[in-house]
Amino acid sequence: MFAVIGASSVGTMIEWYDFYIFGSLATLISTKFFPGGNETLAFLSTLATFAAGFIVRPFGALFFGRLGDLIGRKYTFMVTLLLMGGATFLIGCIPAYETIGIISPLLVLLLRLLQGLALGGEYGGAATYVAEHSPNHQRGLMTSWIQTTATAGLIISLVVIAVTRASMSEESFQAFGWRIPFLASAAMIYVSYIIRRNMHESPLFAKAKAEGKTSVNPLKESFGNRYNLKYVLLALLGVTMGQGVVWYTGQFYAMSFIERVMHVPKVQVDSILIWALCLGTPFFILFGGLSDKIGRKWIMMAGMLVAVLSYRYIYTQMYETANVQHKTELTTKTAFSTELKGADSVYTVLKTYTDGTRYSEITTVTAGTRHTEKTVTLTPAAKRTLIFWVFIQVIFVTMVYGPIAAFLVEMFPVKIRYTSMSLPYHVGNGIFGGLLPAIATFLVTRAGAVNDKAVGQGLAAPIDKPYLEGLWYPILIAGICLVIGVIYLDGKDNRVDD
Amino acid sequence: MLMNTLKRILGIVWILLGLGAVWYLIYNQAVPLWKAGGESIIPAVIYVFVLCPIIAGSLGCFGWFAWQGEFDE
Repeated sequence: MFAVIGASSVGTMIEWYDFYIFGSLATLISTKFFPGGNETLAFLSTLATFAAGFIVRPFGALFFGRLGDLIGRKYTFMVTLLLMGGATFLIGCIPAYETIGIISPLLVLLLRLLQGLALGGEYGGAATYVAEHSPNHQRGLMTSWIQTTATAGLIISLVVIAVTRASMSEESFQAFGWRIPFLASAAMIYVSYIIRRNMHESPLFAKAKAEGKTSVNPLKESFGNRYNLKYVLLALLGVTMGQGVVWYTGQFYAMSFIERVMHVPKVQVDSILIWALCLGTPFFILFGGLSDKIGRKWIMMAGMLVAVLSYRYIYTQMYETANVQHKTELTTKTAFSTELKGADSVYTVLKTYTDGTRYSEITTVTAGTRHTEKTVTLTPAAKRTLIFWVFIQVIFVTMVYGPIAAFLVEMFPVKIRYTSMSLPYHVGNGIFGGLLPAIATFLVTRAGAVNDKAVGQGLAAPIDKPYLEGLWYPILIAGICLVIGVIYLDGKDNRVDD
Repeated sequence: MLMNTLKRILGIVWILLGLGAVWYLIYNQAVPLWKAGGESIIPAVIYVFVLCPIIAGSLGCFGWFAWQGEFDE
């Protein structure tokens, strides 16, 4: 059983690693493949971000889900592994835009789409494969290892990038070092492929196939059959939609909030996230195992409930940790400087506060256009506070995500399981979760604009704490999902060998 | 019995919610992005042609099933 879990988890973790390194290096990659000042390249860059993350994943779920229900779980998730690894390795090999022109970003876009497609097929295969090997009373525990892979993949991507960056000069990293995390994927994928190649097919699928009970048309039976379709919709609206937004809020929106709204430097943000994820990851196993004892439904619903009730409080506490307006400035250490860099005028303000927090504001004026960059460097104590609040959010993630593989697998019959569970999972996570940063940022920006307009007219700002407005999206989606889940899910953990 | 009635009545709420979400996404998200032009057109197109059908379709269909008593105990 541990060999099954190990083979499935390692491969899935590497796929997540492959998927995340692109996002983690997005800023640097854009300078290599999508340099600024060109509308077509900006268009391709946005397409690479949106298409791979949101649109292609559900298609991958359908395509590979169908294959998995027709030819088997093992072969299908080996294909997704090789596809992901190959695409990642090749991204690391593509010459920059300045070398081969427009072909370069087009190749990146194509490979990024293949990554999204592979990711869409991988999760359902791994979860189904492990679940179909697990004893009934331990399915939540066994599949929870698969649930740790997304977080582990993110941690490994951050660590590999940090180690690569630390092992060379910044110039070398910018020149070629960024390719190393992509190229390293080939070795990881090869090892995972060797492990998976020696595994046997899922016993339940093998039995169904031997008895001629596999599906002839999994897509039609999954979504064209009213009885099954209602469970697909229930899985999406009553579980994965809320789980997706809780996951993306805890791991990705928290990171973006600390960096962009609180202006904490990227190095500190990555460190905060790595600590919080490392501390939180064992809870996937805890809640997965607990779901075998007290049921999956109520753990997931409790996770959504505490998330909905506490997000605004948590983000207020996080914001206040780095809010220099409430700190006492050491005026003796304040420094101002003005510098001329070619046609640019650069104004720098450096402040230090009594608790040790440092604040810098660099304003660059070019041809009448002002660009201000603020940075709040946290003290170790403030960093620990933020680790705690992100860790709390990761706990919510583990509550909704730990038991979900077992839950989804148990909702659908063997012959259409891969297809039926993959689609709601990737729509819930890829679309409802994946759009969270864009929608939340829009809500924050709009709230800021409303306040600025009112202040400009001499009125009081109508929106208190505009930086919290982005949270309404996950609160609303998780809230609706919670109501649907509580009322419509029957809460029974079903068998998987039907 | 009470639970089944609640499930059915909420079916109408889900259908209306799906329609409301589509209206919000088109008028508050997609239209401003479309007007902004450039690379903002991509998320606008995704809102209209991917997110709206998924939300309206899933909530509408789910609501209809619930109203029809498909989720009755």
